[in-house]
Amino acid sequence: MAVMLRLEKITAGFTDENIISDISLYIDEGEVVTIIGPNGAGKSTLMKTIFGLTKLRGGKIYFEDQEITGKKTDELVRLGVAYVPQERNIFASLTVKENLEMGAYVIKGKIADKLESILEIFPMLRGRIGQRAGTMSGGEQKMLAIGRAMVVEPSLLLLDEPSAALSPKIMDQLFAKIKEINELGTTIMMVEQNARKALAISERGYILEMGRNRFEGPARSLLDDADVCRLYLGRGR
Amino acid sequence: MADEMLSIKGVSKSFGGILAADKCNLTISRGTIVGLIGPNGAGKSTLFDIVSGFQRPDAGSIAFQGKEITGWPAYKIARLGLIRTFQIPHALTRMTVLENMMLGKQGQIGERICSPIIRFNIVRAEEKNIRDKALEILEFFDLGHMKDEYAGSLSGGQKKLLEMARSLMADPQLLLLDEPFAGVNPSLSERLIERIKTLRQKGLTIMIIEHGIPYVLALSDWVYVLNKGAVMAYGKPDEVVSDKRVLDDYLGDGCDAQT
Repeated sequence: MAVMLRLEKITAGFTDENIISDISLYIDEGEVVTIIGPNGAGKSTLMKTIFGLTKLRGGKIYFEDQEITGKKTDELVRLGVAYVPQERNIFASLTVKENLEMGAYVIKGKIADKLESILEIFPMLRGRIGQRAGTMSGGEQKMLAIGRAMVVEPSLLLLDEPSAALSPKIMDQLFAKIKEINELGTTIMMVEQNARKALAISERGYILEMGRNRFEGPARSLLDDADVCRLYLGRGR
Repeated sequence: MADEMLSIKGVSKSFGGILAADKCNLTISRGTIVGLIGPNGAGKSTLFDIVSGFQRPDAGSIAFQGKEITGWPAYKIARLGLIRTFQIPHALTRMTVLENMMLGKQGQIGERICSPIIRFNIVRAEEKNIRDKALEILEFFDLGHMKDEYAGSLSGGQKKLLEMARSLMADPQLLLLDEPFAGVNPSLSERLIERIKTLRQKGLTIMIIEHGIPYVLALSDWVYVLNKGAVMAYGKPDEVVSDKRVLDDYLGDGCDAQT
């Protein structure tokens, strides 16, 4: 299997301080990989670094055999990287359709087909196409945010805590949807605090702590590891 | 009733055509933890807004410790000891974590205009107490090492923790927690649950909105289920989560998938 994304000893932060140090990891084409770890471990910073949103101070990033270290965010989107941040970030005053069209900003030419394929993945958005996005529930907004990122047909999708603040039923639907997107051919890297559910649909996982790699391995072996469970996953009542 | 901490009677609130609260009735006894669950958009946070004075209800009444507080402004309600946290944290980003905490204490002597001059020693002693308490709480929330950082530089989950930690600085009688564990590492969440339980033993009353059903089960004495602005079910936690309507509308398979 080809390596899709490879980080070599990445060091980065927002100000002069480094939030992540010497992080190396890789993601194979077609994988779902989950990053877990305590609050403040640098998980979101890692994701923003891949997407060109932090100050990168050391290390190299490769995407599909091409070095992308220091590339700008819009270039990355054109190369096929998409990112859904942790905060609710849809345009609340725009309609669902307009939100999806914003996702197609970098695409030249017709986008009707692309929007149609998004509505096939997220049928619940079809009935809401003319509705103002801010009036939808949290789960629907999250699906829209992911749908908007998918408009550019990315080969790598970065998801930062997609399940936060979703009800249990919606959360299960969301994880099923993430798996479905993956099976349609998109490689996925996500950061999650609902670590058990996220690892359940992942091939592999990484554990970050204090800005560094702590553990890595197949998702199954992380779930079975007593130390990992005690320190990071909780007892999982 | 003497031990009634909060009583909500017939509260309704609409935003345009959406009925966010629909004749809601809810009672909380002193020293209990009450879980408030329901689908996204059920009106849970709106109910918190109404109780804490951030929204005025269209109809109905709210009593806190027997005192009618319907329509009161938020700061007055907070001074009575009814403190709420927000789902999306409201930290003061250009102050340090410790400063954020110290501001959480209500009614400090030094806030009065002449006190810092004529009662300097008292003010200084009070400030030291507040600082010690803040540091102790921060330590528990795994934020001790961040005390001198700007709150704006905290991660998403850490801001969430600061929100909850700060609410404890106000010595609340009734604490309303809006999704305190969303985005918090599971191991830390479990330690926080133990902490919250000891606070209840000391007499604190808590209402908590939370989607993490295991956390709700571990904490709550009673659970209310809200749907479309109205109370759909009420009871002991294990009764509520096995209620068929609750399973269908809200939990789905989520409950038994928690391994």
